[in-house]
Amino acid sequence: MSGIEIERLTQLLAKLPGLGPRSARRAALHLLKRRDSLLVPLAEALTEVQQKVTNCTICGNLDSCQPCAICADPSRDGSVICIVEEVADLWAMERARAFRGRYHVLGGTLSALAGVGPDDLNLAGLVERARAEEVTEVILALNATVDGQATAHVVADRLAHAGVAISRLAQGVPLGGELDYLDDGTLAAALRARRPA
Amino acid sequence: MDWTDQGIVLSARAHGENSAIAVLLTREHGRHAGLARGARSPRKSGVLQPGNLVAAQWRARIAEHLGQYLVEPLHSHAGLWLDDPLRLAALSAACAVAEAALPEREPHPAVFDGLRAWLDGLPGPFWAEAYVGWELGLLGELGFGLELDRCAVSGSNDFLAYVSPRTGRAVSQAAGEPFHDRLLPLPGFLIGQGGGGPAEIIDGLALTGHFLERHAFAGAPLPAARLRLAERLATIRAAPPPPIP
Repeated sequence: MSGIEIERLTQLLAKLPGLGPRSARRAALHLLKRRDSLLVPLAEALTEVQQKVTNCTICGNLDSCQPCAICADPSRDGSVICIVEEVADLWAMERARAFRGRYHVLGGTLSALAGVGPDDLNLAGLVERARAEEVTEVILALNATVDGQATAHVVADRLAHAGVAISRLAQGVPLGGELDYLDDGTLAAALRARRPA
Repeated sequence: MDWTDQGIVLSARAHGENSAIAVLLTREHGRHAGLARGARSPRKSGVLQPGNLVAAQWRARIAEHLGQYLVEPLHSHAGLWLDDPLRLAALSAACAVAEAALPEREPHPAVFDGLRAWLDGLPGPFWAEAYVGWELGLLGELGFGLELDRCAVSGSNDFLAYVSPRTGRAVSQAAGEPFHDRLLPLPGFLIGQGGGGPAEIIDGLALTGHFLERHAFAGAPLPAARLRLAERLATIRAAPPPPIP
């Protein structure tokens, strides 16, 4: 049987997304077998992340500098702010390389189940940012779920008097999507958002 | 244990990487939870959105277990109203109220039928009035129906204008006038008089909200989604507005 240290490591690894107790044990064993090449660098990386990475005070992104690299980048278009739910969504947008503006991370969506209300979201600084002279448009890039869109409507309400254009991501047929397999809500949204060919 | 039924999705709580604990309002089995494996995968995540109508199969080794759901989409109500703030708020409110008010695993086919009919009627012009009517029906189904057909004081059914917040009985304009600040306004559309509109709908939500809080939620506050619906309607009432779309 393993010692208390390994047991603790296994329990902590099992809390990570995608890992259960069994796969956590395998990961712990893997780390111990590759002590120099994996365990030590991983421990150092974790310590470094814990010490250096914080939420950007402007947008809520995670970075080791303050403000984050995106907010500090002068080549970014400061006139457009894209509002996303989580940092993972910001990363997804960056992967797409389709947006060169700045971001605002809400840190979640309204959720009756989880007890998340408007005051629990990173909304306070958003209105102030949107009122800044250079900002002309705010894009609501929130998930196409009931909670996501309910949040989008609340954010749009808060920004109603900020003097900026408010837009949201399109909804409809995804790339590679087959009409036969789409649910009727998506099809209806696609029809409503049709445009001249 | 094994049954199949139609259900309206009330909520889906994330469970593990891809699964969800789904709460459905089924016609024959009431508000019923179950584990829906893979329900949060990219292909299936749209199915378990609140308000969607699904065909559900529930299985468990014994009845007391949480059990597992297999769900197939029948009609996506949620997807239709994502860009309509008012209807989306109402849809969220209806699901939140049904989930909070109904006892688990107790069949209430009338509530299911009412909610389904209301969801089907969402494209129409009187969906907000119908929502208040559904909450009134929910109260009745739970055993806390309001008596709105005659005045509690005079017995007459003329000029009913108020509801007693204590007894839930209607009060006529004449009998209630001296106590109007302590009574709840009775919207005309609930008794077949008057065409509704934002002001009456807000009065209706205040009326049903009061009795839901008092009876169905035992003094606990209304669900946040229901409060947001009332706030959104109140904003419309405050602004000079067109009628509710």
